[in-house]
Amino acid sequence: MSRRTRAAAVALLFTGACSIQHYQSTFSDAAVEVRQFNILFVIFLVICAIMYLAVIAFLVAGLVRRRRRLANVMEDGRHHESDPLLRTALIGWGVVVGTGLVGLAIASFIADRSMANAAASEKLSITLTANQWWWDVRYNSADSSKTLRTANELHLPVGVPVRIILNSNDVIHSFWVPSLAGKQDLIPGRQNDISITPTKIGIYRGQCAEYCGAQHAHMALVVNVDSYADFLKWWRHQLQPAPPPATPLALAGYNFVTGRNCSACHAIAGTPASGTVGPDLTHLASRRTIAAGTMPMGKGNLYGWVADPQSLKPGSKMPTIALEPDELHAVVAYLETLK
Amino acid sequence: MSSRFRASLLILGVAATALAACNREERHSRAKPIGETVPTGQSPDTIFPGSTTAQPLDARASLYDNNAPALSEGQFLYTRMNCVGCHSHGGGGMGVALMDDEWRYGGRLDQIAASIAEGRPNGMPAWRAKLTDDQIWKLAAYVRSLSGQPSKDVVNSRADAMSATSPATLTPREPVRSSDSAQQ
Repeated sequence: MSRRTRAAAVALLFTGACSIQHYQSTFSDAAVEVRQFNILFVIFLVICAIMYLAVIAFLVAGLVRRRRRLANVMEDGRHHESDPLLRTALIGWGVVVGTGLVGLAIASFIADRSMANAAASEKLSITLTANQWWWDVRYNSADSSKTLRTANELHLPVGVPVRIILNSNDVIHSFWVPSLAGKQDLIPGRQNDISITPTKIGIYRGQCAEYCGAQHAHMALVVNVDSYADFLKWWRHQLQPAPPPATPLALAGYNFVTGRNCSACHAIAGTPASGTVGPDLTHLASRRTIAAGTMPMGKGNLYGWVADPQSLKPGSKMPTIALEPDELHAVVAYLETLK
Repeated sequence: MSSRFRASLLILGVAATALAACNREERHSRAKPIGETVPTGQSPDTIFPGSTTAQPLDARASLYDNNAPALSEGQFLYTRMNCVGCHSHGGGGMGVALMDDEWRYGGRLDQIAASIAEGRPNGMPAWRAKLTDDQIWKLAAYVRSLSGQPSKDVVNSRADAMSATSPATLTPREPVRSSDSAQQ
Protein backbone atom coordinates (compact mmCIF):
# COMPACT_ATOMS: atom_id res chain seq x y z
CA MET A 1 0.00 0.00 0.00
CA SER A 2 1.48 3.29 -1.04
CA ARG A 3 1.72 6.17 1.38
CA ARG A 4 -0.93 8.11 -0.50
CA THR A 5 -3.55 5.33 -0.38
CA ARG A 6 -2.82 4.82 3.31
CA ALA A 7 -3.35 8.52 3.97
CA ALA A 8 -6.57 8.41 1.98
CA ALA A 9 -7.79 5.41 3.98
CA VAL A 10 -7.07 7.16 7.27
CA ALA A 11 -8.81 10.33 6.05
CA LEU A 12 -11.82 8.26 5.01
CA LEU A 13 -11.94 6.62 8.42
CA PHE A 14 -11.98 10.03 10.10
CA THR A 15 -14.64 11.51 7.84
CA GLY A 16 -16.70 8.38 8.50
CA ALA A 17 -16.35 8.92 12.23
CA CYS A 18 -17.36 12.59 11.97
CA SER A 19 -20.65 12.10 10.14
CA ILE A 20 -22.58 15.30 10.69
CA GLN A 21 -26.07 13.80 10.63
CA HIS A 22 -25.47 11.21 13.38
CA TYR A 23 -27.99 9.08 11.48
CA GLN A 24 -26.18 5.97 12.63
CA SER A 25 -23.16 6.90 14.70
CA THR A 26 -21.60 5.76 17.95
CA PHE A 27 -20.21 9.29 18.45
CA SER A 28 -23.66 10.81 18.78
CA ASP A 29 -25.12 11.95 22.09
CA ALA A 30 -28.79 11.78 21.15
CA ALA A 31 -29.80 9.85 24.27
CA VAL A 32 -28.90 9.95 27.96
CA GLU A 33 -27.61 6.37 27.88
CA VAL A 34 -25.30 6.78 24.91
CA ARG A 35 -23.95 10.00 26.43
CA GLN A 36 -23.13 8.21 29.69
CA PHE A 37 -21.50 5.41 27.74
CA ASN A 38 -19.41 7.86 25.77
CA ILE A 39 -18.29 9.74 28.92
CA LEU A 40 -17.38 6.42 30.53
CA PHE A 41 -15.51 5.43 27.39
CA VAL A 42 -13.51 8.68 27.39
CA ILE A 43 -12.64 8.25 31.10
CA PHE A 44 -11.42 4.69 30.43
CA LEU A 45 -9.55 5.78 27.34
CA VAL A 46 -7.74 8.69 29.08
CA ILE A 47 -6.80 6.75 32.22
CA CYS A 48 -5.64 3.71 30.25
CA ALA A 49 -3.72 5.90 27.81
CA ILE A 50 -1.91 7.66 30.70
CA MET A 51 -1.05 4.31 32.27
CA TYR A 52 0.12 2.92 28.96
CA LEU A 53 2.35 5.92 28.32
CA ALA A 54 3.72 5.67 31.88
CA VAL A 55 4.56 1.98 31.36
CA ILE A 56 6.34 2.75 28.09
CA ALA A 57 8.22 5.64 29.74
CA PHE A 58 9.37 3.39 32.60
CA LEU A 59 10.39 0.70 30.15
CA VAL A 60 12.51 3.13 28.15
CA ALA A 61 13.98 4.61 31.35
CA GLY A 62 14.69 1.10 32.61
CA LEU A 63 16.52 0.13 29.45
CA VAL A 64 18.71 3.23 29.55
CA ARG A 65 19.36 2.95 33.29
CA ARG A 66 20.20 -0.75 33.17
CA ARG A 67 22.93 -0.11 30.67
CA ARG A 68 24.48 2.59 32.85
CA ARG A 69 24.23 0.48 36.01
CA LEU A 70 25.72 -2.53 34.31
CA ALA A 71 28.74 -0.42 33.56
CA ASN A 72 28.96 0.67 37.25
CA VAL A 73 28.59 -2.92 38.56
CA MET A 74 31.43 -4.05 36.40
CA GLU A 75 33.63 -1.42 37.98
CA ASP A 76 32.99 -1.67 41.76
CA GLY A 77 31.32 -5.10 42.16
CA ARG A 78 28.10 -3.96 43.96
CA HIS A 79 25.40 -6.51 43.11
CA HIS A 80 22.47 -6.70 45.51
CA GLU A 81 22.13 -3.24 46.92
CA SER A 82 18.55 -1.90 46.48
CA ASP A 83 18.14 1.57 45.15
CA PRO A 84 15.97 3.72 47.53
CA LEU A 85 14.76 5.84 44.62
CA LEU A 86 13.62 2.75 42.71
CA ARG A 87 11.84 1.47 45.79
CA THR A 88 9.89 4.72 46.26
CA ALA A 89 9.02 4.76 42.57
CA LEU A 90 7.73 1.15 42.79
CA ILE A 91 5.50 1.90 45.79
CA GLY A 92 4.29 5.06 44.04
CA TRP A 93 3.50 2.98 40.95
CA GLY A 94 1.45 0.55 43.01
CA VAL A 95 -0.51 3.44 44.51
CA VAL A 96 -1.15 4.94 41.03
CA VAL A 97 -2.37 1.59 39.64
CA GLY A 98 -4.63 1.03 42.66
CA THR A 99 -6.09 4.55 42.47
CA GLY A 100 -6.64 4.22 38.73
CA LEU A 101 -8.50 0.93 39.07
CA VAL A 102 -10.64 2.22 41.92
CA GLY A 103 -11.39 5.36 39.86
CA LEU A 104 -12.50 3.23 36.89
CA ALA A 105 -14.64 1.04 39.13
CA ILE A 106 -16.34 4.12 40.64
CA ALA A 107 -16.96 5.69 37.21
CA SER A 108 -18.40 2.41 35.92
CA PHE A 109 -20.61 2.02 39.02
CA ILE A 110 -21.98 5.59 38.75
CA ALA A 111 -22.82 5.15 35.04
CA ASP A 112 -24.45 1.78 35.74
CA ARG A 113 -26.55 3.13 38.64
CA SER A 114 -27.75 6.22 36.78
CA MET A 115 -28.84 4.02 33.85
CA ALA A 116 -30.64 1.68 36.24
CA ASN A 117 -32.41 4.68 37.81
CA ALA A 118 -33.50 5.91 34.38
CA ALA A 119 -34.82 2.40 33.65
CA ALA A 120 -36.83 2.43 36.89
CA SER A 121 -38.67 5.61 35.92
CA GLU A 122 -39.71 4.47 32.45
CA LYS A 123 -42.88 6.04 31.09
CA LEU A 124 -43.35 4.04 27.91
CA SER A 125 -43.01 0.31 27.35
CA ILE A 126 -42.41 -1.21 23.94
CA THR A 127 -42.02 -4.88 23.06
CA LEU A 128 -39.67 -5.42 20.16
CA THR A 129 -39.66 -8.91 18.68
CA ALA A 130 -37.01 -9.80 16.13
CA ASN A 131 -37.80 -12.15 13.27
CA GLN A 132 -35.85 -13.29 10.25
CA TRP A 133 -35.57 -10.50 8.97
CA TRP A 134 -37.77 -7.78 10.36
CA TRP A 135 -38.78 -6.14 13.64
CA ASP A 136 -42.21 -6.54 15.19
CA VAL A 137 -43.05 -3.51 17.33
CA ARG A 138 -45.74 -3.44 19.99
CA TYR A 139 -46.53 -0.41 22.13
CA ASN A 140 -47.76 -1.86 25.40
CA SER A 141 -50.61 -0.43 27.37
CA ALA A 142 -52.73 -1.60 30.29
CA ASP A 143 -55.75 -0.81 28.12
CA SER A 144 -55.76 -3.37 25.30
CA SER A 145 -57.57 -0.95 22.96
CA LYS A 146 -54.51 1.31 23.24
CA THR A 147 -52.04 -1.46 22.40
CA LEU A 148 -50.46 -0.72 19.09
CA ARG A 149 -48.73 -3.05 16.65
CA THR A 150 -46.47 -1.86 13.86
CA ALA A 151 -43.19 -2.97 12.30
CA ASN A 152 -39.65 -1.91 11.46
CA GLU A 153 -40.16 1.58 12.83
CA LEU A 154 -39.97 3.01 16.35
CA HIS A 155 -41.38 6.39 17.30
CA LEU A 156 -40.14 7.78 20.61
CA PRO A 157 -41.04 11.02 22.38
CA VAL A 158 -37.99 13.16 23.21
CA GLY A 159 -36.98 13.28 26.88
CA VAL A 160 -39.17 10.36 27.96
CA PRO A 161 -37.49 7.25 29.40
CA VAL A 162 -38.55 4.25 27.32
CA ARG A 163 -38.14 0.61 28.21
CA ILE A 164 -37.82 -1.70 25.23
CA ILE A 165 -38.48 -5.37 25.95
CA LEU A 166 -36.54 -7.54 23.54
CA ASN A 167 -37.66 -10.96 22.29
CA SER A 168 -36.87 -13.15 19.33
CA ASN A 169 -39.02 -15.63 17.43
CA ASP A 170 -36.28 -17.64 15.73
CA VAL A 171 -32.56 -17.04 16.18
CA ILE A 172 -30.39 -14.64 18.18
CA HIS A 173 -30.55 -11.06 16.87
CA SER A 174 -29.10 -7.90 18.36
CA PHE A 175 -30.77 -4.52 18.84
CA TRP A 176 -28.35 -1.76 17.91
CA VAL A 177 -29.23 1.88 17.40
CA PRO A 178 -25.74 3.31 17.85
CA SER A 179 -26.94 6.92 18.06
CA LEU A 180 -29.18 6.10 21.03
CA ALA A 181 -27.85 3.10 22.94
CA GLY A 182 -25.41 0.22 23.06
CA LYS A 183 -26.14 -3.26 21.74
CA GLN A 184 -28.48 -5.71 23.40
CA ASP A 185 -29.19 -9.23 22.16
CA LEU A 186 -32.65 -10.57 21.38
CA ILE A 187 -32.66 -14.23 22.37
CA PRO A 188 -35.40 -16.76 21.53
CA GLY A 189 -37.20 -18.03 24.61
CA ARG A 190 -35.77 -15.33 26.82
CA GLN A 191 -36.68 -11.75 27.65
CA ASN A 192 -34.10 -9.00 27.54
CA ASP A 193 -34.57 -5.27 27.85
CA ILE A 194 -32.88 -1.95 27.24
CA SER A 195 -33.73 1.60 28.32
CA ILE A 196 -33.43 4.69 26.17
CA THR A 197 -34.05 8.34 27.03
CA PRO A 198 -33.67 10.22 23.76
CA THR A 199 -32.57 13.84 24.08
CA LYS A 200 -32.45 15.01 20.47
CA ILE A 201 -35.24 15.07 17.90
CA GLY A 202 -34.23 13.30 14.72
CA ILE A 203 -34.29 10.15 12.64
CA TYR A 204 -31.84 7.40 13.53
CA ARG A 205 -31.03 4.08 11.99
CA GLY A 206 -30.80 0.82 13.87
CA GLN A 207 -29.35 -2.39 12.53
CA CYS A 208 -29.35 -6.01 13.62
CA ALA A 209 -25.87 -6.51 15.05
CA GLU A 210 -25.76 -10.29 15.39
CA TYR A 211 -25.47 -12.37 12.24
CA CYS A 212 -28.89 -13.95 11.86
CA GLY A 213 -29.02 -15.45 8.37
CA ALA A 214 -28.92 -14.62 4.69
CA GLN A 215 -30.67 -11.23 4.97
CA HIS A 216 -28.99 -10.02 8.18
CA ALA A 217 -27.82 -6.89 6.35
CA HIS A 218 -31.39 -6.08 5.32
CA MET A 219 -32.68 -5.96 8.87
CA ALA A 220 -32.75 -2.29 9.72
CA LEU A 221 -34.91 -0.32 12.10
CA VAL A 222 -35.89 3.34 11.72
CA VAL A 223 -36.10 5.24 15.00
CA ASN A 224 -38.01 8.50 14.85
CA VAL A 225 -37.49 10.74 17.88
CA ASP A 226 -40.30 13.32 17.88
CA SER A 227 -41.47 16.07 20.17
CA TYR A 228 -44.04 14.85 22.67
CA ALA A 229 -46.92 16.48 20.76
CA ASP A 230 -45.82 14.95 17.46
CA PHE A 231 -45.42 11.57 19.08
CA LEU A 232 -48.95 11.70 20.52
CA LYS A 233 -50.29 12.71 17.12
CA TRP A 234 -48.52 9.75 15.49
CA TRP A 235 -49.66 7.39 18.22
CA ARG A 236 -53.33 8.44 17.98
CA HIS A 237 -53.19 8.09 14.21
CA GLN A 238 -51.64 4.62 14.41
CA LEU A 239 -54.45 3.49 16.75
CA GLN A 240 -56.99 4.17 14.00
CA PRO A 241 -58.06 1.17 11.91
CA ALA A 242 -57.30 1.16 8.20
CA PRO A 243 -59.70 3.30 6.13
CA PRO A 244 -62.13 1.40 3.87
CA PRO A 245 -61.11 1.32 0.20
CA ALA A 246 -62.51 4.29 -1.72
CA THR A 247 -61.86 3.46 -5.37
CA PRO A 248 -62.96 0.33 -7.30
CA LEU A 249 -59.29 -0.58 -7.87
CA ALA A 250 -58.48 -0.27 -4.17
CA LEU A 251 -61.57 -2.35 -3.40
CA ALA A 252 -60.30 -5.11 -5.69
CA GLY A 253 -56.98 -4.90 -3.85
CA TYR A 254 -58.76 -5.05 -0.51
CA ASN A 255 -60.58 -8.19 -1.61
CA PHE A 256 -57.35 -9.85 -2.69
CA VAL A 257 -55.38 -8.84 0.40
CA THR A 258 -58.04 -9.93 2.88
CA GLY A 259 -59.22 -13.01 0.99
CA ARG A 260 -56.07 -14.53 -0.46
CA ASN A 261 -52.46 -15.23 0.41
CA CYS A 262 -51.63 -11.89 2.11
CA SER A 263 -53.99 -12.35 5.04
CA ALA A 264 -52.46 -15.72 5.95
CA CYS A 265 -49.49 -13.81 7.36
CA HIS A 266 -50.34 -10.10 7.59
CA ALA A 267 -52.81 -8.21 9.77
CA ILE A 268 -54.62 -5.00 8.91
CA ALA A 269 -56.65 -3.50 11.75
CA GLY A 270 -60.28 -2.97 10.79
CA THR A 271 -60.29 -5.76 8.19
CA PRO A 272 -60.59 -9.56 8.41
CA ALA A 273 -56.83 -9.85 7.73
CA SER A 274 -55.34 -10.89 11.06
CA GLY A 275 -52.26 -13.02 10.44
CA THR A 276 -49.43 -12.70 12.92
CA VAL A 277 -46.56 -14.27 10.98
CA GLY A 278 -45.60 -11.14 9.03
CA PRO A 279 -45.46 -7.41 9.74
CA ASP A 280 -48.66 -5.50 10.54
CA LEU A 281 -49.76 -3.53 7.47
CA THR A 282 -52.37 -1.22 9.02
CA HIS A 283 -50.36 1.95 8.34
CA LEU A 284 -47.83 0.52 5.93
CA ALA A 285 -47.70 3.54 3.60
CA SER A 286 -46.88 5.89 6.50
CA ARG A 287 -43.59 4.09 7.15
CA ARG A 288 -40.31 5.23 5.68
CA THR A 289 -39.09 1.89 4.35
CA ILE A 290 -40.24 -1.43 2.91
CA ALA A 291 -39.00 -4.82 4.15
CA ALA A 292 -37.00 -3.61 7.18
CA GLY A 293 -34.98 -0.90 5.51
CA THR A 294 -34.42 -2.78 2.25
CA MET A 295 -35.99 -0.03 0.11
CA PRO A 296 -37.51 3.40 0.68
CA MET A 297 -41.32 3.46 0.69
CA GLY A 298 -42.78 4.42 -2.68
CA LYS A 299 -45.11 3.24 -5.37
CA GLY A 300 -42.40 1.72 -7.58
CA ASN A 301 -40.77 -0.12 -4.73
CA LEU A 302 -44.14 -1.39 -3.51
CA TYR A 303 -44.78 -2.80 -6.99
CA GLY A 304 -41.38 -4.47 -7.02
CA TRP A 305 -41.74 -5.89 -3.54
CA VAL A 306 -45.26 -7.29 -4.00
CA ALA A 307 -44.47 -8.68 -7.45
CA ASP A 308 -41.26 -10.50 -6.56
CA PRO A 309 -39.88 -10.19 -3.02
CA GLN A 310 -37.58 -13.18 -3.54
CA SER A 311 -35.54 -11.26 -6.09
CA LEU A 312 -35.17 -8.23 -3.81
CA LYS A 313 -34.63 -10.09 -0.53
CA PRO A 314 -33.85 -13.73 -1.34
CA GLY A 315 -34.69 -16.11 1.48
CA SER A 316 -37.18 -13.74 3.10
CA LYS A 317 -40.33 -15.39 4.43
CA MET A 318 -42.44 -13.29 2.04
CA PRO A 319 -43.10 -15.65 -0.87
CA THR A 320 -43.24 -14.72 -4.52
CA ILE A 321 -46.92 -15.02 -5.36
CA ALA A 322 -47.62 -15.34 -9.05
CA LEU A 323 -49.93 -12.31 -9.21
CA GLU A 324 -51.77 -11.46 -12.40
CA PRO A 325 -51.04 -7.88 -13.55
CA ASP A 326 -54.53 -6.63 -12.65
CA GLU A 327 -54.20 -8.19 -9.20
CA LEU A 328 -50.83 -6.51 -8.73
CA HIS A 329 -52.22 -3.09 -9.68
CA ALA A 330 -55.13 -3.57 -7.30
CA VAL A 331 -53.02 -4.76 -4.36
CA VAL A 332 -50.57 -1.86 -4.68
CA ALA A 333 -53.44 0.63 -5.06
CA TYR A 334 -54.93 -0.68 -1.83
CA LEU A 335 -51.62 -0.76 0.06
CA GLU A 336 -51.03 2.86 -0.89
CA THR A 337 -54.21 3.89 0.90
CA LEU A 338 -52.87 2.46 4.20
CA LYS A 339 -51.41 5.79 5.30
CA MET B 1 6.08 -42.92 0.99
CA SER B 2 7.43 -39.59 2.22
CA SER B 3 5.73 -37.81 5.10
CA ARG B 4 5.16 -34.83 2.82
CA PHE B 5 3.33 -36.99 0.30
CA ARG B 6 1.27 -38.52 3.07
CA ALA B 7 0.36 -35.06 4.43
CA SER B 8 -0.79 -33.80 1.05
CA LEU B 9 -2.80 -36.99 0.57
CA LEU B 10 -4.48 -36.36 3.92
CA ILE B 11 -5.28 -32.73 2.96
CA LEU B 12 -6.72 -33.92 -0.34
CA GLY B 13 -8.87 -36.45 1.50
CA VAL B 14 -10.19 -33.82 3.91
CA ALA B 15 -10.90 -31.41 1.04
CA ALA B 16 -12.75 -34.12 -0.89
CA THR B 17 -14.87 -34.93 2.17
CA ALA B 18 -15.64 -31.24 2.71
CA LEU B 19 -16.61 -30.79 -0.94
CA ALA B 20 -18.85 -33.84 -0.83
CA ALA B 21 -20.58 -32.39 2.23
CA CYS B 22 -21.42 -29.20 0.27
CA ASN B 23 -23.54 -31.17 -2.14
CA ARG B 24 -26.28 -31.90 0.38
CA GLU B 25 -29.02 -29.79 -1.12
CA GLU B 26 -29.81 -27.03 -3.48
CA ARG B 27 -31.33 -23.89 -1.99
CA HIS B 28 -33.89 -22.04 -4.04
CA SER B 29 -35.79 -19.15 -2.54
CA ARG B 30 -38.07 -18.68 -5.55
CA ALA B 31 -40.22 -21.54 -6.65
CA LYS B 32 -39.06 -22.62 -10.06
CA PRO B 33 -40.99 -23.04 -12.09
CA ILE B 34 -43.92 -21.16 -10.61
CA GLY B 35 -46.80 -23.47 -11.42
CA GLU B 36 -50.39 -22.55 -11.91
CA THR B 37 -51.79 -25.09 -9.50
CA VAL B 38 -50.67 -27.86 -7.21
CA PRO B 39 -49.99 -30.25 -8.79
CA THR B 40 -50.63 -29.77 -12.50
CA GLY B 41 -51.59 -32.24 -15.18
CA GLN B 42 -52.29 -35.74 -13.99
CA SER B 43 -53.42 -34.48 -10.61
CA PRO B 44 -53.87 -37.09 -7.93
CA ASP B 45 -56.70 -34.85 -6.81
CA THR B 46 -59.39 -37.23 -5.78
CA ILE B 47 -61.59 -37.07 -2.79
CA PHE B 48 -62.02 -40.83 -2.85
CA PRO B 49 -59.92 -42.30 -0.11
CA GLY B 50 -57.95 -45.49 -0.40
CA SER B 51 -55.74 -46.73 -3.17
CA THR B 52 -56.23 -45.14 -6.55
CA THR B 53 -54.59 -45.94 -9.84
CA ALA B 54 -50.92 -45.19 -9.54
CA GLN B 55 -49.90 -42.05 -11.37
CA PRO B 56 -46.36 -40.96 -12.15
CA LEU B 57 -44.81 -38.77 -9.45
CA ASP B 58 -45.00 -35.03 -10.12
CA ALA B 59 -41.64 -33.81 -11.40
CA ARG B 60 -41.48 -31.00 -8.84
CA ALA B 61 -41.37 -33.51 -5.98
CA SER B 62 -37.64 -33.99 -6.58
CA LEU B 63 -37.07 -30.28 -5.82
CA TYR B 64 -38.47 -30.65 -2.32
CA ASP B 65 -37.88 -34.26 -1.36
CA ASN B 66 -34.76 -34.78 0.76
CA ASN B 67 -34.07 -31.05 0.75
CA ALA B 68 -33.01 -29.59 4.11
CA PRO B 69 -34.04 -25.94 3.54
CA ALA B 70 -37.44 -27.07 2.25
CA LEU B 71 -37.97 -29.20 5.38
CA SER B 72 -36.90 -26.35 7.61
CA GLU B 73 -39.22 -23.85 5.89
CA GLY B 74 -41.97 -26.47 6.04
CA GLN B 75 -41.47 -26.80 9.78
CA PHE B 76 -41.78 -23.01 10.13
CA LEU B 77 -45.01 -22.99 8.12
CA TYR B 78 -46.40 -26.02 9.95
CA THR B 79 -46.27 -24.08 13.22
CA ARG B 80 -47.13 -20.62 11.91
CA MET B 81 -50.08 -21.75 9.77
CA ASN B 82 -51.44 -23.56 12.81
CA CYS B 83 -51.37 -27.10 11.42
CA VAL B 84 -50.56 -27.92 15.04
CA GLY B 85 -54.06 -26.83 16.02
CA CYS B 86 -55.59 -29.99 14.53
CA HIS B 87 -52.74 -32.38 13.74
CA SER B 88 -50.63 -31.60 16.81
CA HIS B 89 -46.94 -32.24 16.20
CA GLY B 90 -47.81 -35.24 14.05
CA GLY B 91 -49.73 -37.23 16.62
CA GLY B 92 -53.09 -35.90 15.51
CA GLY B 93 -56.03 -34.65 17.52
CA MET B 94 -59.02 -33.13 15.84
CA GLY B 95 -57.21 -33.93 12.59
CA VAL B 96 -55.58 -37.19 11.58
CA ALA B 97 -52.17 -38.29 12.81
CA LEU B 98 -49.38 -37.56 10.34
CA MET B 99 -46.63 -39.63 11.91
CA ASP B 100 -48.19 -43.03 11.37
CA ASP B 101 -48.22 -45.28 8.31
CA GLU B 102 -51.77 -44.63 7.15
CA TRP B 103 -52.50 -42.23 4.31
CA ARG B 104 -56.12 -41.92 3.30
CA TYR B 105 -55.29 -39.77 0.27
CA GLY B 106 -51.84 -41.08 -0.48
CA GLY B 107 -48.49 -40.60 1.24
CA ARG B 108 -46.48 -39.46 -1.75
CA LEU B 109 -45.14 -35.89 -1.72
CA ASP B 110 -47.41 -34.76 -4.57
CA GLN B 111 -50.42 -36.45 -3.00
CA ILE B 112 -49.81 -34.71 0.33
CA ALA B 113 -49.32 -31.41 -1.51
CA ALA B 114 -52.64 -31.99 -3.27
CA SER B 115 -54.35 -32.73 0.07
CA ILE B 116 -53.03 -29.45 1.51
CA ALA B 117 -53.93 -27.45 -1.60
CA GLU B 118 -57.40 -28.88 -2.17
CA GLY B 119 -58.48 -29.64 1.34
CA ARG B 120 -60.14 -32.92 2.33
CA PRO B 121 -63.58 -33.86 3.67
CA ASN B 122 -64.34 -33.65 7.37
CA GLY B 123 -62.39 -30.54 8.24
CA MET B 124 -59.18 -30.14 6.27
CA PRO B 125 -59.39 -26.68 4.67
CA ALA B 126 -58.06 -25.90 1.21
CA TRP B 127 -54.88 -23.84 1.35
CA ARG B 128 -54.54 -23.17 -2.36
CA ALA B 129 -55.56 -19.51 -2.14
CA LYS B 130 -53.68 -18.85 1.10
CA LEU B 131 -50.29 -20.41 0.45
CA THR B 132 -48.15 -20.42 -2.66
CA ASP B 133 -47.33 -23.68 -4.43
CA ASP B 134 -43.77 -23.40 -3.15
CA GLN B 135 -44.98 -23.13 0.45
CA ILE B 136 -47.40 -26.06 0.01
CA TRP B 137 -44.64 -28.30 -1.38
CA LYS B 138 -42.38 -27.34 1.52
CA LEU B 139 -45.14 -28.14 3.99
CA ALA B 140 -45.72 -31.48 2.28
CA ALA B 141 -42.00 -32.24 2.55
CA TYR B 142 -42.11 -31.52 6.28
CA VAL B 143 -45.28 -33.61 6.75
CA ARG B 144 -43.47 -36.56 5.15
CA SER B 145 -40.63 -36.12 7.60
CA LEU B 146 -43.04 -36.63 10.52
CA SER B 147 -43.20 -40.31 9.63
CA GLY B 148 -39.46 -40.48 8.96
CA GLN B 149 -39.57 -40.62 5.15
CA PRO B 150 -36.63 -38.35 4.19
CA SER B 151 -33.04 -39.44 4.74
CA LYS B 152 -31.64 -38.66 8.15
CA ASP B 153 -29.03 -36.16 6.99
CA VAL B 154 -31.61 -33.63 5.80
CA VAL B 155 -34.03 -33.54 8.75
CA ASN B 156 -33.59 -31.06 11.58
CA SER B 157 -31.70 -32.47 14.52
CA ARG B 158 -33.64 -30.09 16.76
CA ALA B 159 -37.13 -28.64 16.80
CA ASP B 160 -37.68 -24.88 16.36
CA ALA B 161 -39.29 -24.65 19.78
CA MET B 162 -38.81 -26.53 23.01
CA SER B 163 -39.91 -30.09 22.53
CA ALA B 164 -40.36 -33.13 24.75
CA THR B 165 -40.03 -35.61 21.90
CA SER B 166 -36.88 -37.11 20.47
CA PRO B 167 -35.31 -35.27 17.53
CA ALA B 168 -36.46 -35.89 13.97
CA THR B 169 -33.20 -37.67 13.24
CA LEU B 170 -34.40 -40.50 15.49
CA THR B 171 -37.88 -40.78 13.95
CA PRO B 172 -38.31 -44.33 12.67
CA ARG B 173 -39.37 -44.62 9.04
CA GLU B 174 -42.95 -45.81 8.78
CA PRO B 175 -44.14 -47.78 5.76
CA VAL B 176 -46.52 -45.79 3.53
CA ARG B 177 -49.90 -47.48 3.29
CA SER B 178 -53.12 -46.37 1.79
CA SER B 179 -56.05 -46.79 4.08
CA ASP B 180 -59.76 -46.44 3.76
CA SER B 181 -61.41 -44.16 6.26
CA ALA B 182 -64.24 -46.71 6.48
CA GLN B 183 -61.86 -49.21 8.02
CA GLN B 184 -61.23 -47.04 11.04
